[in-house]
Amino acid sequence: MSAMLNEEKNGAPISYMAEVSRATPGNCRLEMCIQCGTCGGSCPSADDMDHTPRQLFAMIRADMRDAVLASNTPWHCVSCYYCTVRCPQEIHITDIMYTLKSMAVAAGQYKKSVDADFSESFVGYVDEYGRSFELGLATRMYLRHSPLSIVKTASMGLGMLTRDRLDFSPQRIKNLDQLQSILKRAGEIEEAIA
Amino acid sequence: MTKYLFYPGCSMQKNARSYLDSLMAIRPELDITFDEVDDWNCCGATEYWSVHQVKAHALVGRNLALAEQQANGSNTLVAGCSACYLNLAKTANYLEEDNLLREKIDDALAVGGLHFTPGSLDIRHLLDIVFNDVGLEKIRSKVVRPLTGLRVAPYYGCMIVRPDRENRYGNPEYPTALDKLLEALGATVIDFPQKTHCCSGHMTQISPEVAYELLHRLISGADRYNADLMVTLCPMCQLNLDAYQGDMNTFMDTDYHMPCLYFTQMMGLAFGHDPKELGIGKEFVDAGPALAKIGVELPEAEERPKPRPRRKKKEEGLPMPRMGDGNE
Repeated sequence: MSAMLNEEKNGAPISYMAEVSRATPGNCRLEMCIQCGTCGGSCPSADDMDHTPRQLFAMIRADMRDAVLASNTPWHCVSCYYCTVRCPQEIHITDIMYTLKSMAVAAGQYKKSVDADFSESFVGYVDEYGRSFELGLATRMYLRHSPLSIVKTASMGLGMLTRDRLDFSPQRIKNLDQLQSILKRAGEIEEAIA
Repeated sequence: MTKYLFYPGCSMQKNARSYLDSLMAIRPELDITFDEVDDWNCCGATEYWSVHQVKAHALVGRNLALAEQQANGSNTLVAGCSACYLNLAKTANYLEEDNLLREKIDDALAVGGLHFTPGSLDIRHLLDIVFNDVGLEKIRSKVVRPLTGLRVAPYYGCMIVRPDRENRYGNPEYPTALDKLLEALGATVIDFPQKTHCCSGHMTQISPEVAYELLHRLISGADRYNADLMVTLCPMCQLNLDAYQGDMNTFMDTDYHMPCLYFTQMMGLAFGHDPKELGIGKEFVDAGPALAKIGVELPEAEERPKPRPRRKKKEEGLPMPRMGDGNE
Protein backbone atom coordinates (compact mmCIF):
# COMPACT_ATOMS: atom_id res chain seq x y z
CA MET A 1 0.00 0.00 0.00
CA SER A 2 2.70 2.47 1.02
CA ALA A 3 4.80 1.66 -2.05
CA MET A 4 1.81 2.35 -4.24
CA LEU A 5 1.13 5.73 -2.65
CA ASN A 6 4.79 6.71 -3.06
CA GLU A 7 4.56 5.89 -6.71
CA GLU A 8 1.68 8.30 -7.07
CA LYS A 9 3.44 11.02 -5.08
CA ASN A 10 6.44 10.88 -7.38
CA GLY A 11 4.17 11.53 -10.31
CA ALA A 12 4.90 8.21 -12.02
CA PRO A 13 1.89 6.68 -13.80
CA ILE A 14 0.19 4.14 -11.64
CA SER A 15 0.45 0.58 -12.95
CA TYR A 16 -2.61 -1.37 -13.97
CA MET A 17 -1.87 -3.85 -11.21
CA ALA A 18 -1.82 -1.09 -8.61
CA GLU A 19 -5.05 0.26 -10.05
CA VAL A 20 -6.82 -3.09 -9.68
CA SER A 21 -5.34 -3.58 -6.24
CA ARG A 22 -6.41 -0.12 -5.07
CA ALA A 23 -9.96 -0.59 -6.32
CA THR A 24 -10.30 -3.80 -4.28
CA PRO A 25 -11.46 -3.23 -0.69
CA GLY A 26 -9.43 -4.98 2.00
CA ASN A 27 -5.80 -6.01 1.66
CA CYS A 28 -6.08 -8.05 -1.55
CA ARG A 29 -2.32 -8.84 -1.99
CA LEU A 30 -2.60 -9.08 -5.79
CA GLU A 31 1.06 -8.00 -6.10
CA MET A 32 2.12 -11.16 -4.24
CA CYS A 33 1.11 -13.61 -7.00
CA ILE A 34 3.89 -16.14 -7.67
CA GLN A 35 2.16 -17.67 -10.73
CA CYS A 36 1.87 -21.11 -9.14
CA GLY A 37 -1.50 -21.92 -10.74
CA THR A 38 -3.15 -23.32 -7.64
CA CYS A 39 -6.12 -21.00 -8.31
CA GLY A 40 -6.88 -22.37 -11.77
CA GLY A 41 -6.38 -25.94 -10.60
CA SER A 42 -8.90 -25.39 -7.80
CA CYS A 43 -11.54 -23.59 -9.83
CA PRO A 44 -14.75 -25.52 -10.58
CA SER A 45 -15.45 -23.41 -13.66
CA ALA A 46 -11.89 -23.06 -15.02
CA ASP A 47 -12.84 -25.22 -18.03
CA ASP A 48 -15.21 -22.54 -19.26
CA MET A 49 -12.89 -19.62 -18.65
CA ASP A 50 -10.90 -17.81 -21.35
CA HIS A 51 -8.00 -17.54 -18.90
CA THR A 52 -7.29 -19.11 -15.53
CA PRO A 53 -6.97 -16.61 -12.67
CA ARG A 54 -3.19 -17.13 -12.78
CA GLN A 55 -3.08 -16.18 -16.47
CA LEU A 56 -5.29 -13.20 -15.84
CA PHE A 57 -3.01 -11.96 -13.06
CA ALA A 58 0.00 -12.28 -15.40
CA MET A 59 -1.94 -10.21 -17.95
CA ILE A 60 -2.70 -7.59 -15.32
CA ARG A 61 0.99 -7.44 -14.44
CA ALA A 62 1.76 -7.00 -18.15
CA ASP A 63 -0.67 -4.05 -18.36
CA MET A 64 -2.91 -5.90 -20.86
CA ARG A 65 -5.89 -3.83 -19.78
CA ASP A 66 -8.25 -4.41 -22.72
CA ALA A 67 -7.61 -8.15 -22.91
CA VAL A 68 -8.22 -8.49 -19.18
CA LEU A 69 -11.51 -6.61 -19.33
CA ALA A 70 -12.67 -8.60 -22.36
CA SER A 71 -11.92 -11.95 -20.70
CA ASN A 72 -14.91 -13.97 -19.57
CA THR A 73 -12.97 -15.28 -16.57
CA PRO A 74 -14.39 -13.05 -13.82
CA TRP A 75 -17.90 -13.68 -15.12
CA HIS A 76 -17.48 -17.42 -14.69
CA CYS A 77 -16.39 -17.04 -11.07
CA VAL A 78 -18.99 -18.74 -8.85
CA SER A 79 -17.65 -17.14 -5.64
CA CYS A 80 -16.77 -20.51 -4.07
CA TYR A 81 -13.52 -19.17 -2.56
CA TYR A 82 -11.57 -22.39 -3.22
CA CYS A 83 -8.79 -20.39 -4.89
CA THR A 84 -8.78 -17.87 -2.06
CA VAL A 85 -8.27 -20.41 0.72
CA ARG A 86 -5.74 -22.46 -1.28
CA CYS A 87 -3.63 -19.54 -2.53
CA PRO A 88 -0.22 -19.84 -0.81
CA GLN A 89 0.12 -16.06 -1.02
CA GLU A 90 -3.29 -15.47 0.56
CA ILE A 91 -4.50 -13.31 -2.32
CA HIS A 92 -8.18 -12.33 -2.16
CA ILE A 93 -8.81 -13.75 -5.63
CA THR A 94 -12.62 -13.72 -5.48
CA ASP A 95 -12.62 -10.04 -4.49
CA ILE A 96 -10.29 -9.25 -7.39
CA MET A 97 -12.73 -10.98 -9.75
CA TYR A 98 -15.46 -8.65 -8.44
CA THR A 99 -13.20 -5.65 -9.08
CA LEU A 100 -12.53 -6.80 -12.65
CA LYS A 101 -16.26 -7.21 -13.28
CA SER A 102 -16.94 -3.69 -12.00
CA MET A 103 -14.15 -2.37 -14.22
CA ALA A 104 -15.46 -4.23 -17.27
CA VAL A 105 -18.93 -2.78 -16.74
CA ALA A 106 -17.53 0.72 -16.20
CA ALA A 107 -15.49 0.38 -19.42
CA GLY A 108 -18.61 -0.59 -21.36
CA GLN A 109 -17.45 -4.19 -21.83
CA TYR A 110 -20.01 -6.87 -21.19
CA LYS A 111 -22.73 -4.25 -21.23
CA LYS A 112 -25.27 -6.43 -22.97
CA SER A 113 -24.25 -9.79 -21.53
CA VAL A 114 -26.61 -11.80 -19.36
CA ASP A 115 -24.12 -11.89 -16.50
CA ALA A 116 -23.61 -8.15 -16.23
CA ASP A 117 -27.28 -7.41 -16.72
CA PHE A 118 -28.22 -9.91 -14.02
CA SER A 119 -25.97 -8.16 -11.53
CA GLU A 120 -27.14 -4.69 -12.56
CA SER A 121 -30.80 -5.74 -12.36
CA PHE A 122 -30.24 -7.25 -8.92
CA VAL A 123 -28.61 -4.01 -7.79
CA GLY A 124 -31.56 -2.07 -9.24
CA TYR A 125 -34.10 -3.96 -7.14
CA VAL A 126 -32.03 -3.70 -3.95
CA ASP A 127 -31.54 0.05 -4.50
CA GLU A 128 -35.26 0.49 -5.08
CA TYR A 129 -36.70 -1.70 -2.31
CA GLY A 130 -33.85 -2.62 0.06
CA ARG A 131 -34.46 -6.32 -0.52
CA SER A 132 -33.92 -8.64 -3.46
CA PHE A 133 -36.92 -9.49 -5.65
CA GLU A 134 -36.59 -12.89 -7.27
CA LEU A 135 -39.71 -12.97 -9.41
CA GLY A 136 -39.00 -9.56 -10.93
CA LEU A 137 -35.38 -10.44 -11.53
CA ALA A 138 -36.11 -13.79 -13.17
CA THR A 139 -38.89 -12.39 -15.35
CA ARG A 140 -36.78 -9.47 -16.51
CA MET A 141 -33.85 -11.74 -17.36
CA TYR A 142 -35.87 -14.18 -19.42
CA LEU A 143 -37.80 -11.50 -21.28
CA ARG A 144 -34.61 -9.69 -22.17
CA HIS A 145 -32.26 -12.54 -22.91
CA SER A 146 -34.15 -15.69 -23.77
CA PRO A 147 -37.82 -14.96 -24.45
CA LEU A 148 -38.09 -18.25 -26.33
CA SER A 149 -37.25 -20.31 -23.27
CA ILE A 150 -39.82 -18.54 -21.09
CA VAL A 151 -42.38 -21.31 -21.49
CA LYS A 152 -39.96 -23.88 -20.12
CA THR A 153 -38.83 -21.57 -17.35
CA ALA A 154 -42.33 -20.42 -16.54
CA SER A 155 -43.21 -23.94 -15.38
CA MET A 156 -40.38 -23.80 -12.88
CA GLY A 157 -41.51 -20.32 -11.78
CA LEU A 158 -45.03 -21.65 -11.45
CA GLY A 159 -43.68 -24.48 -9.32
CA MET A 160 -42.07 -21.91 -7.06
CA LEU A 161 -45.34 -19.99 -6.80
CA THR A 162 -47.51 -23.04 -6.08
CA ARG A 163 -45.03 -24.13 -3.42
CA ASP A 164 -45.32 -20.67 -1.89
CA ARG A 165 -41.62 -20.04 -2.44
CA LEU A 166 -41.85 -16.86 -4.53
CA ASP A 167 -43.21 -13.41 -3.68
CA PHE A 168 -45.50 -11.75 -6.24
CA SER A 169 -44.41 -8.30 -5.18
CA PRO A 170 -41.16 -7.01 -3.70
CA GLN A 171 -40.71 -6.50 0.04
CA ARG A 172 -39.82 -2.94 0.92
CA ILE A 173 -37.81 -1.94 3.97
CA LYS A 174 -39.23 0.83 6.23
CA ASN A 175 -36.38 3.31 6.18
CA LEU A 176 -35.73 3.24 2.45
CA ASP A 177 -34.69 6.92 2.38
CA GLN A 178 -31.89 6.19 4.81
CA LEU A 179 -30.59 3.25 2.77
CA GLN A 180 -30.81 5.17 -0.49
CA SER A 181 -28.95 8.18 0.89
CA ILE A 182 -26.20 5.86 2.21
CA LEU A 183 -25.93 4.06 -1.13
CA LYS A 184 -25.91 7.33 -3.07
CA ARG A 185 -22.97 8.60 -1.04
CA ALA A 186 -21.17 5.24 -1.31
CA GLY A 187 -21.73 5.32 -5.08
CA GLU A 188 -20.13 8.77 -5.30
CA ILE A 189 -17.14 7.56 -3.29
CA GLU A 190 -16.87 4.48 -5.52
CA GLU A 191 -16.88 6.56 -8.68
CA ALA A 192 -14.22 8.87 -7.29
CA ILE A 193 -11.73 5.98 -6.93
CA ALA A 194 -12.60 4.30 -10.23
CA MET B 1 -31.85 -19.12 27.40
CA THR B 2 -29.21 -17.54 25.20
CA LYS B 3 -30.12 -14.50 23.16
CA TYR B 4 -28.71 -13.73 19.72
CA LEU B 5 -29.10 -10.95 17.21
CA PHE B 6 -30.55 -12.46 14.06
CA TYR B 7 -30.24 -11.53 10.40
CA PRO B 8 -32.67 -13.70 8.38
CA GLY B 9 -31.85 -12.38 4.88
CA CYS B 10 -34.08 -12.18 1.82
CA SER B 11 -34.13 -15.90 0.93
CA MET B 12 -35.42 -16.99 4.33
CA GLN B 13 -38.41 -14.69 3.87
CA LYS B 14 -39.80 -16.68 1.01
CA ASN B 15 -37.95 -19.24 -1.09
CA ALA B 16 -36.24 -20.71 1.99
CA ARG B 17 -39.13 -20.01 4.35
CA SER B 18 -39.03 -23.63 5.49
CA TYR B 19 -35.50 -23.04 6.80
CA LEU B 20 -36.78 -20.17 8.95
CA ASP B 21 -39.96 -21.99 9.99
CA SER B 22 -38.05 -25.09 11.05
CA LEU B 23 -35.54 -22.98 12.98
CA MET B 24 -38.35 -21.18 14.81
CA ALA B 25 -39.98 -24.53 15.57
CA ILE B 26 -36.91 -25.96 17.29
CA ARG B 27 -35.99 -22.86 19.33
CA PRO B 28 -37.50 -24.27 22.54
CA GLU B 29 -35.35 -27.42 22.38
CA LEU B 30 -32.26 -25.37 21.59
CA ASP B 31 -33.13 -22.97 24.41
CA ILE B 32 -32.19 -19.89 22.40
CA THR B 33 -33.99 -16.69 21.39
CA PHE B 34 -33.45 -14.49 18.40
CA ASP B 35 -33.74 -10.72 18.27
CA GLU B 36 -34.24 -9.92 14.56
CA VAL B 37 -32.30 -6.88 13.34
CA ASP B 38 -34.99 -4.28 12.79
CA ASP B 39 -35.46 -3.11 9.19
CA TRP B 40 -32.46 -5.02 7.86
CA ASN B 41 -31.72 -4.80 4.12
CA CYS B 42 -30.29 -7.21 1.53
CA CYS B 43 -26.66 -8.35 2.07
CA GLY B 44 -25.86 -7.95 -1.63
CA ALA B 45 -25.63 -11.71 -2.31
CA THR B 46 -22.88 -12.14 -4.89
CA GLU B 47 -24.55 -9.92 -7.50
CA TYR B 48 -24.21 -6.56 -5.77
CA TRP B 49 -20.60 -7.35 -4.87
CA SER B 50 -19.83 -8.23 -8.48
CA VAL B 51 -20.36 -4.75 -9.77
CA HIS B 52 -20.24 -2.29 -6.82
CA GLN B 53 -17.94 -3.34 -3.99
CA VAL B 54 -17.85 -0.08 -2.04
CA LYS B 55 -21.62 0.28 -2.25
CA ALA B 56 -21.93 -3.37 -1.19
CA HIS B 57 -19.83 -2.70 1.90
CA ALA B 58 -22.09 0.27 2.67
CA LEU B 59 -25.16 -1.92 2.13
CA VAL B 60 -23.87 -4.43 4.65
CA GLY B 61 -22.55 -1.60 6.82
CA ARG B 62 -26.11 -0.40 7.39
CA ASN B 63 -27.09 -3.87 8.65
CA LEU B 64 -24.07 -3.98 10.96
CA ALA B 65 -24.80 -0.48 12.29
CA LEU B 66 -28.43 -1.37 12.97
CA ALA B 67 -27.38 -4.60 14.69
CA GLU B 68 -24.85 -2.75 16.84
CA GLN B 69 -27.55 -0.26 17.93
CA GLN B 70 -29.77 -3.15 18.89
CA ALA B 71 -27.06 -5.15 20.68
CA ASN B 72 -28.40 -5.35 24.19
CA GLY B 73 -26.78 -8.12 26.16
CA SER B 74 -25.73 -9.93 23.01
CA ASN B 75 -23.19 -8.87 20.43
CA THR B 76 -23.41 -12.10 18.43
CA LEU B 77 -25.07 -11.62 15.06
CA VAL B 78 -26.33 -14.87 13.53
CA ALA B 79 -27.18 -15.58 9.89
CA GLY B 80 -28.61 -18.83 8.55
CA CYS B 81 -27.81 -18.14 4.91
CA SER B 82 -24.17 -18.77 4.04
CA ALA B 83 -23.97 -15.83 1.62
CA CYS B 84 -25.44 -13.45 4.20
CA TYR B 85 -23.02 -14.79 6.80
CA LEU B 86 -20.05 -14.37 4.48
CA ASN B 87 -20.99 -10.84 3.45
CA LEU B 88 -21.67 -9.63 6.99
CA ALA B 89 -18.40 -11.19 8.19
CA LYS B 90 -16.43 -9.84 5.23
CA THR B 91 -17.47 -6.23 5.77
CA ALA B 92 -16.89 -6.49 9.53
CA ASN B 93 -13.41 -7.95 8.87
CA TYR B 94 -12.37 -5.51 6.17
CA LEU B 95 -13.53 -2.49 8.15
CA GLU B 96 -11.15 -3.62 10.89
CA GLU B 97 -8.14 -4.13 8.62
CA ASP B 98 -8.56 -1.50 5.88
CA ASN B 99 -8.45 2.08 7.18
CA LEU B 100 -9.23 3.60 3.78
CA LEU B 101 -12.36 1.48 3.44
CA ARG B 102 -13.42 2.34 6.98
CA GLU B 103 -13.22 6.08 6.21
CA LYS B 104 -15.37 5.59 3.11
CA ILE B 105 -18.02 3.51 4.84
CA ASP B 106 -18.07 5.83 7.89
CA ASP B 107 -18.67 8.69 5.49
CA ALA B 108 -21.52 6.91 3.68
CA LEU B 109 -23.22 5.62 6.84
CA ALA B 110 -23.03 9.10 8.43
CA VAL B 111 -25.25 10.44 5.65
CA GLY B 112 -27.92 8.09 6.98
CA GLY B 113 -27.17 9.03 10.60
CA LEU B 114 -25.56 5.65 11.33
CA HIS B 115 -22.21 4.44 12.63
CA PHE B 116 -20.62 1.03 12.98
CA THR B 117 -17.74 0.30 15.33
CA PRO B 118 -15.54 -2.43 13.82
CA GLY B 119 -15.05 -5.26 16.29
CA SER B 120 -18.31 -4.58 18.13
CA LEU B 121 -20.11 -7.61 16.71
CA ASP B 122 -19.27 -11.30 16.52
CA ILE B 123 -20.71 -12.66 13.26
CA ARG B 124 -21.51 -16.36 13.16
CA HIS B 125 -23.40 -18.89 11.06
CA LEU B 126 -26.38 -20.71 12.55
CA LEU B 127 -24.62 -24.10 12.30
CA ASP B 128 -21.78 -22.73 14.43
CA ILE B 129 -24.29 -21.64 17.11
CA VAL B 130 -26.08 -24.99 17.10
CA PHE B 131 -22.90 -27.06 17.10
CA ASN B 132 -20.72 -25.05 19.47
CA ASP B 133 -23.09 -23.13 21.75
CA VAL B 134 -26.03 -25.50 22.04
CA GLY B 135 -23.76 -28.53 21.72
CA LEU B 136 -24.27 -32.14 20.76
CA GLU B 137 -24.97 -33.33 24.29
CA LYS B 138 -28.04 -31.17 24.61
CA ILE B 139 -29.16 -32.01 21.08
CA ARG B 140 -28.81 -35.75 21.73
CA SER B 141 -30.95 -35.42 24.85
CA LYS B 142 -33.82 -33.91 22.84
CA VAL B 143 -34.00 -36.64 20.19
CA VAL B 144 -37.25 -38.58 20.43
CA ARG B 145 -37.40 -39.87 16.85
CA PRO B 146 -33.84 -40.87 15.91
CA LEU B 147 -33.07 -40.74 12.19
CA THR B 148 -31.94 -44.37 12.36
CA GLY B 149 -31.47 -46.04 8.99
CA LEU B 150 -31.49 -42.80 7.02
CA ARG B 151 -28.39 -42.32 4.89
CA VAL B 152 -27.62 -38.62 4.62
CA ALA B 153 -25.05 -36.61 2.67
CA PRO B 154 -23.92 -33.62 4.74
CA TYR B 155 -23.55 -30.75 2.28
CA TYR B 156 -21.86 -27.54 3.45
CA GLY B 157 -21.31 -25.75 0.15
CA CYS B 158 -18.81 -22.93 -0.02
CA MET B 159 -19.52 -19.78 1.84
CA ILE B 160 -19.85 -21.11 5.36
CA VAL B 161 -16.37 -22.67 5.35
CA ARG B 162 -14.59 -20.36 2.92
CA PRO B 163 -12.84 -18.02 3.37
CA ASP B 164 -13.52 -18.63 7.10
CA ARG B 165 -11.04 -16.02 8.26
CA GLU B 166 -11.79 -16.77 11.91
CA ASN B 167 -11.08 -20.49 11.37
CA ARG B 168 -14.34 -21.53 12.97
CA TYR B 169 -14.71 -24.79 11.07
CA GLY B 170 -11.18 -26.17 11.34
CA ASN B 171 -10.79 -27.00 7.68
CA PRO B 172 -12.17 -25.00 4.74
CA GLU B 173 -12.43 -28.16 2.62
CA TYR B 174 -13.25 -30.88 5.10
CA PRO B 175 -15.47 -29.56 7.88
CA THR B 176 -17.19 -32.09 10.16
CA ALA B 177 -19.64 -30.10 12.32
CA LEU B 178 -22.69 -31.00 10.23
CA ASP B 179 -21.55 -34.65 9.99
CA LYS B 180 -21.36 -34.89 13.77
CA LEU B 181 -24.65 -33.09 14.26
CA LEU B 182 -26.48 -35.49 11.93
CA GLU B 183 -24.84 -38.47 13.64
CA ALA B 184 -26.10 -37.14 16.97
CA LEU B 185 -29.60 -37.20 15.47
CA GLY B 186 -29.12 -40.91 14.72
CA ALA B 187 -28.60 -40.74 10.96
CA THR B 188 -26.04 -42.73 9.00
CA VAL B 189 -23.76 -40.04 7.63
CA ILE B 190 -21.83 -40.77 4.46
CA ASP B 191 -18.31 -39.44 4.08
CA PHE B 192 -19.45 -37.15 1.27
CA PRO B 193 -16.47 -36.27 -0.97
CA GLN B 194 -18.25 -33.27 -2.51
CA LYS B 195 -19.34 -31.83 0.83
CA THR B 196 -17.74 -28.44 0.19
CA HIS B 197 -17.99 -28.31 -3.59
CA CYS B 198 -19.89 -25.48 -5.25
CA CYS B 199 -23.66 -25.67 -5.89
CA SER B 200 -23.08 -23.35 -8.90
CA GLY B 201 -24.42 -20.27 -7.10
CA HIS B 202 -25.95 -17.81 -9.57
CA MET B 203 -24.93 -19.91 -12.59
CA THR B 204 -28.39 -21.53 -12.74
CA GLN B 205 -29.58 -18.06 -13.77
CA ILE B 206 -26.85 -16.84 -16.08
CA SER B 207 -25.17 -19.95 -17.50
CA PRO B 208 -27.32 -23.03 -16.88
CA GLU B 209 -25.04 -25.50 -18.71
CA VAL B 210 -22.22 -24.70 -16.30
CA ALA B 211 -24.65 -25.03 -13.39
CA TYR B 212 -25.97 -28.42 -14.47
CA GLU B 213 -22.45 -29.82 -14.65
CA LEU B 214 -21.69 -28.65 -11.10
CA LEU B 215 -25.04 -29.86 -9.75
CA HIS B 216 -24.47 -33.21 -11.41
CA ARG B 217 -21.15 -33.62 -9.59
CA LEU B 218 -22.90 -33.15 -6.25
CA ILE B 219 -26.02 -35.19 -6.82
CA SER B 220 -24.27 -38.09 -8.56
CA GLY B 221 -21.67 -38.06 -5.77
CA ALA B 222 -24.34 -38.39 -3.08
CA ASP B 223 -26.16 -41.02 -5.13
CA ARG B 224 -23.00 -43.09 -5.57
CA TYR B 225 -22.84 -43.40 -1.79
CA ASN B 226 -26.50 -44.44 -1.71
CA ALA B 227 -27.56 -41.37 0.20
CA ASP B 228 -31.32 -41.08 0.76
CA LEU B 229 -31.12 -37.32 0.93
CA MET B 230 -28.78 -34.36 1.09
CA VAL B 231 -28.77 -32.03 4.06
CA THR B 232 -27.90 -28.39 3.54
CA LEU B 233 -27.45 -25.19 5.52
CA CYS B 234 -27.81 -22.55 2.80
CA PRO B 235 -30.88 -21.36 0.85
CA MET B 236 -28.97 -20.95 -2.41
CA CYS B 237 -27.65 -24.53 -2.26
CA GLN B 238 -31.10 -25.89 -1.45
CA LEU B 239 -32.73 -23.95 -4.28
CA ASN B 240 -30.18 -25.07 -6.86
CA LEU B 241 -30.10 -28.72 -5.81
CA ASP B 242 -33.86 -28.98 -5.45
CA ALA B 243 -35.57 -26.72 -7.97
CA TYR B 244 -33.03 -27.26 -10.76
CA GLN B 245 -32.58 -31.02 -10.30
CA GLY B 246 -35.25 -31.75 -12.91
CA ASP B 247 -33.62 -29.48 -15.51
CA MET B 248 -30.25 -30.97 -14.63
CA ASN B 249 -31.63 -34.48 -15.19
CA THR B 250 -32.99 -33.47 -18.60
CA PHE B 251 -29.74 -31.82 -19.62
CA MET B 252 -27.45 -34.61 -18.37
CA ASP B 253 -29.83 -37.41 -19.39
CA THR B 254 -29.98 -38.76 -15.84
CA ASP B 255 -32.81 -39.75 -13.50
CA TYR B 256 -31.68 -38.67 -10.10
CA HIS B 257 -34.18 -38.18 -7.35
CA MET B 258 -32.20 -36.72 -4.49
CA PRO B 259 -34.23 -34.71 -1.97
CA CYS B 260 -32.50 -31.85 -0.19
CA LEU B 261 -33.59 -30.62 3.26
CA TYR B 262 -32.22 -28.08 5.75
CA PHE B 263 -30.38 -29.32 8.85
CA THR B 264 -32.94 -27.51 10.99
CA GLN B 265 -35.66 -29.63 9.38
CA MET B 266 -33.72 -32.80 10.21
CA MET B 267 -33.35 -31.62 13.80
CA GLY B 268 -37.07 -30.87 13.95
CA LEU B 269 -37.91 -34.36 12.68
CA ALA B 270 -35.60 -35.96 15.24
CA PHE B 271 -37.15 -33.80 17.97
CA GLY B 272 -40.55 -35.21 16.99
CA HIS B 273 -42.04 -32.18 15.25
CA ASP B 274 -44.71 -32.47 12.58
CA PRO B 275 -43.16 -32.27 9.05
CA LYS B 276 -45.63 -29.56 8.04
CA GLU B 277 -44.58 -27.35 10.94
CA LEU B 278 -41.01 -27.69 9.61
CA GLY B 279 -42.00 -26.55 6.13
CA ILE B 280 -41.39 -30.01 4.66
CA GLY B 281 -43.45 -30.52 1.50
CA LYS B 282 -42.36 -27.37 -0.33
CA GLU B 283 -39.56 -29.20 -2.13
CA PHE B 284 -39.52 -29.92 -5.84
CA VAL B 285 -37.89 -33.30 -5.22
CA ASP B 286 -40.22 -35.23 -2.93
CA ALA B 287 -38.62 -36.17 0.39
CA GLY B 288 -41.49 -38.58 1.14
CA PRO B 289 -39.81 -41.88 0.17
CA ALA B 290 -36.66 -41.01 2.12
CA LEU B 291 -38.53 -39.91 5.23
CA ALA B 292 -40.71 -43.02 5.17
CA LYS B 293 -37.56 -44.85 6.30
CA ILE B 294 -37.78 -43.14 9.67
CA GLY B 295 -41.54 -43.58 9.88
CA VAL B 296 -42.45 -40.04 8.86
CA GLU B 297 -45.39 -39.86 6.52
CA LEU B 298 -45.92 -36.81 4.37
CA PRO B 299 -49.39 -35.84 3.19
CA GLU B 300 -49.80 -36.50 -0.55
CA ALA B 301 -48.88 -33.38 -2.44
CA GLU B 302 -51.34 -32.40 -5.17
CA GLU B 303 -48.95 -32.49 -8.06
CA ARG B 304 -46.04 -34.37 -6.66
CA PRO B 305 -43.82 -35.46 -9.54
CA LYS B 306 -43.50 -39.23 -9.63
CA PRO B 307 -39.91 -40.41 -9.71
CA ARG B 308 -39.17 -42.11 -12.98
CA PRO B 309 -37.76 -45.64 -12.70
CA ARG B 310 -33.99 -45.48 -12.50
CA ARG B 311 -32.33 -46.53 -15.71
CA LYS B 312 -29.20 -48.58 -15.44
CA LYS B 313 -26.39 -46.67 -17.09
CA LYS B 314 -24.39 -48.67 -19.57
CA GLU B 315 -20.88 -49.37 -18.38
CA GLU B 316 -18.52 -47.88 -20.90
CA GLY B 317 -14.76 -48.10 -21.03
CA LEU B 318 -12.45 -50.20 -18.94
CA PRO B 319 -13.64 -51.51 -15.60
CA MET B 320 -12.33 -49.23 -12.88
CA PRO B 321 -11.63 -50.13 -9.27
CA ARG B 322 -14.45 -48.87 -7.09
CA MET B 323 -14.15 -47.34 -3.68
CA GLY B 324 -16.31 -48.67 -0.86
CA ASP B 325 -18.63 -46.11 0.66
CA GLY B 326 -16.71 -46.14 3.91
CA ASN B 327 -19.74 -46.94 5.96
CA GLU B 328 -19.82 -50.71 5.91
